[in-house]
Amino acid sequence: MTISTAIIFAVIAIGALALVFGLVLGYASIRFKVEGDPLVEQIDAVLPQTQCGQCGYPGCKPYAEAIADGDDINKCPPGGEATIKKLADLMGVEPKPLDAAHGEEDVKKVAFIREDECIGCTKCIQACPVDAILGAAKHMHTVITDECTGCDLCVDPCPVDCIDMVPIAQTTSTWKWDFESSPKGDIPIKMVS
Amino acid sequence: MYPSFDSIIETLEAGKMYSFPGGVHPDDKKSLSNTSVIKKPSLPELLIVPLRQHIGSDGICCVEVGDTVLKGQILSQSSSPFSVPVHAPTSGEVVAIAPHVVAHPSGLTEMCISIRPDGKDSWCNLFPIANYSELDKNKLIEAICQAGISGMGGAGFPTHIKTSTSKPVEFLILNGIECEPYITSDDRLMREHAWQIRQGLDILTHLIGPKAIVVAVEDNKPEAFEALNIACQDKKDYRVVSVETKYPAGGEKQLIQVLTGREVPRNGLPADVGVMMFNVGTCYAIADAILHGKPLIERVVTVTGEAVESPSNFRALLGTPVSHLLDEANYNPKKQKAPKVIMGGPMMGFTLSDATIPVVKTTNCLLVPAKKELVDDNAERPCIRCSACADACPASLLPQQMFWHAKAKEYDKAEEYDLFDCIECGACAYVCPSEIPLVHYYRQAKSEIRIQRDEKNKAEKAKQRFEARKERLEREKLEREAKHRKAKEARLAANKAKEQNAVAADKANSAVDAGATEAKDKVAAALARAKAKKAAMQAPANGESMTANNDEHNNTTDDKKAQVAAAIARAKAKKAAQAQNDIQEESADEASTTEAPISQASSPEDEKKAKVAAAIARAKAKKAAQASQSIASSTEKPAGSNDEKTADFSDTETNAALSAEAQKKARIAAAVAKAKAQKAANKRENGQPDESVSLQGTSAQSNEQSVSQPEAQLDEKKARIAAAVAKAKAKKAASQKEYGSSHSTEADAEEQNVNSPKEAGVPSTSHQNNSASNVNAEDSDRNSSAADEKKARIAAAVAKAKAKKLAQEGNGDLASSPDTAKQERSKASEQNESSTNAAQATSTQTSSQPTEQDEKKARIAAAVAKAKAKKAAAEQEKESE
Repeated sequence: MTISTAIIFAVIAIGALALVFGLVLGYASIRFKVEGDPLVEQIDAVLPQTQCGQCGYPGCKPYAEAIADGDDINKCPPGGEATIKKLADLMGVEPKPLDAAHGEEDVKKVAFIREDECIGCTKCIQACPVDAILGAAKHMHTVITDECTGCDLCVDPCPVDCIDMVPIAQTTSTWKWDFESSPKGDIPIKMVS
Repeated sequence: MYPSFDSIIETLEAGKMYSFPGGVHPDDKKSLSNTSVIKKPSLPELLIVPLRQHIGSDGICCVEVGDTVLKGQILSQSSSPFSVPVHAPTSGEVVAIAPHVVAHPSGLTEMCISIRPDGKDSWCNLFPIANYSELDKNKLIEAICQAGISGMGGAGFPTHIKTSTSKPVEFLILNGIECEPYITSDDRLMREHAWQIRQGLDILTHLIGPKAIVVAVEDNKPEAFEALNIACQDKKDYRVVSVETKYPAGGEKQLIQVLTGREVPRNGLPADVGVMMFNVGTCYAIADAILHGKPLIERVVTVTGEAVESPSNFRALLGTPVSHLLDEANYNPKKQKAPKVIMGGPMMGFTLSDATIPVVKTTNCLLVPAKKELVDDNAERPCIRCSACADACPASLLPQQMFWHAKAKEYDKAEEYDLFDCIECGACAYVCPSEIPLVHYYRQAKSEIRIQRDEKNKAEKAKQRFEARKERLEREKLEREAKHRKAKEARLAANKAKEQNAVAADKANSAVDAGATEAKDKVAAALARAKAKKAAMQAPANGESMTANNDEHNNTTDDKKAQVAAAIARAKAKKAAQAQNDIQEESADEASTTEAPISQASSPEDEKKAKVAAAIARAKAKKAAQASQSIASSTEKPAGSNDEKTADFSDTETNAALSAEAQKKARIAAAVAKAKAQKAANKRENGQPDESVSLQGTSAQSNEQSVSQPEAQLDEKKARIAAAVAKAKAKKAASQKEYGSSHSTEADAEEQNVNSPKEAGVPSTSHQNNSASNVNAEDSDRNSSAADEKKARIAAAVAKAKAKKLAQEGNGDLASSPDTAKQERSKASEQNESSTNAAQATSTQTSSQPTEQDEKKARIAAAVAKAKAKKAAAEQEKESE
């Protein structure tokens, strides 16, 4: 076997390998194609979905897209510190303090309509991003508390200012252990043993 | 995988046990209270019964404030399968249904029913089920549920849920371990009520049908073990086993592991490994509920700790305030730095925030520790990574890692270390040399994670709702747009149809509704008059023509006026035309007033009349010829550049000028004058504007009449021609054809006639600039027919309308001419600019191109003409008379 035939064989072998791998990769790129932008979905999952628009975007998904495109992660007051932290983890950036321009982190609130003052204008119903207000024209409206995200968007449109944002009352099921209000070490037997 | 049933039985028979990892051996401190028999405390002043005393949802309160309730009476009804009712612990009055602090570490309030005991302690009707083994299992389970029984070991899981499992159960385990220090309630219960526990076990066995029954008692309770052994001695398959004391052997998972060597899978239930476990207290309550019919209204509570003088076990009514039991146990506040009561055991209990908190179904112990029993609150020191906690953990977790992450609020990482497999036994905290309250951190982390999960679920729901709303809004928008588009299309279609029908409809309306048209005409005429005045100002010849009373002169002046008017405003031209009609009519009126006597006198003798008229006309014609020539030259300049009409006008004017010389023309003029006179005479009584508008047509008609009369034409024929002409002015070509065909014999005369109306009519009408003038109608018709079919159709429709009108009314001619005028107006305004340029060409084509339409028109015209002829004949007859 001369050198030239060896070279030819080598080229043929390499070419065949390249072809095989090319086919495999090509198939894989089709077979395992990732639809959409998974990052946006992940960011959207972290955001609190209040759809309040305090970030300056019309809803949480648009903000998620903006973050994916490089916007700041500290524009979500409803999510607060926890959300910023999660976003920082997700995006691989340093957590920043909440941008005060977009609002302050506050306790969770829900809208409450003072029903005797409601004139039934339906404006809050149109404003509600999650259809959590029930009512009809010229009939009293009321908020479905469980569905309310506390986005605040219904307060401004109300012509008679009968909507209040009230903090969600804590119940035993939503209560968190708090070291300030509950004593820590209550294993009395320890001292004895 | 895990030990088989047989091997487990073998192990149990051999008295060997499996074990669970970790565990601690704290001082059990049970000797404080385990020697005191279960006492019945005095009735408290107030019983506070929380509506929710178990895991699951609230029941619905079914009593009202002020109601008197009996002992055992149901107070709340199950709202879901996961809720159990609560019952009145004693007879008395419901004094409040309000939120009250409940047995929860948070010290938050929940709905409670407060009952003031009446001291009688009278039971409601009880329904014991003695022969439970003959009863349907579902009925038994229902009875257990209605008795309000939930797990009394600590978790409070509704028992009826547990018993209604469909999974095969190999082992039914009765948990008498009570591994937590201090607590002796189960111990005392087993010692004193072993038989009833055995009865409860019988019921459970009947319900569940396990392969093996194991009663497990920790080996630090030999009395209880002995009592149960005696109670179960007649049943060989009830295995009472003693279990090595190790905290937390009493934990469900741990005990299962100890007895069977099986591990309950994560997120699984004991039933998943073929095991079902009940607390002895629960078992006792089941026996009470089934055999005595008593609901769960009391339980054994250990009140212990060094701060009470006489630690003891109480059979406390549910709802008894903690403070009442402490008093019963001689609580000594001096032994505590601050009042502190722990509900539950020292390892797993929680500190109560209020002494009025009631005893609930899960309250097994009230621990009142003395000063030296307590750990200093600020004793926590940093973790030294000694891993003692990991060694102690019965669940084989890594407590220091979980603590690390829980403290840093990295809950997801804490979860990765299986935080939720932690049973919060407190073994890790017990062994911690740094006094770290590890369980507290875990509890906090767990509640935090649960809340985050809830929030996440809520966020997911909110997102779905938001997206659904967005979708809905989008859909509504599209629907609205589609609707609008459809409406627009419909509107456009309607407009098109209207456009197509508009003129026809208008004509039809106006033609059919003469009154309406009259009104319109009046308005139009009024407008026209105003314009005519303007025109008159611009054409002083107008006045001259008025004074001259010469038709031709009049026409020429009209012509001039009209052209001026056209030059000023072509759109207004038609109105102006009407105005000119007016003027002409006025002039005609004048003519009629002057000539009427003559014409009327001569009307019977046509020839004479005609001659006289001709004589007069001739003289006028000469004048007019001079005038018109000069005017024509002047008017041609401005108008000729713009219009075909001006060309027409100029033609007609030249014709008129020529006619001044020619006899024929003179005759025509005379005829026109006379016809007008006749007409005027006929229509004098008619409204001026109407007449004025209509007069054009009639004048044209009468022109012909008069022209034909001197030529001795037959009246009928004349009339027909006249009618046809009048009508055909709208369709000149058609009329020409008809004339050509019908009057071929009289070709010359006819043509002359045809021409003459044209010429005479054109001067008289066309100056009026597309006004009622038929020539214009003809022009526009030609234009339109040449231009497009639509126009032709419209024209046809108009013609039809006219025909109807004519047929209906004797004044058809009169009416039709304004109609045509109007029609023309609209058409002319549309087309003046464009079509008139082509009009010359189209006029030449009219004979060839629009032949089909012409035929149609001709037919219509013929029909109309017939009607007109009749009318004319009648008129003629009248006249002659």
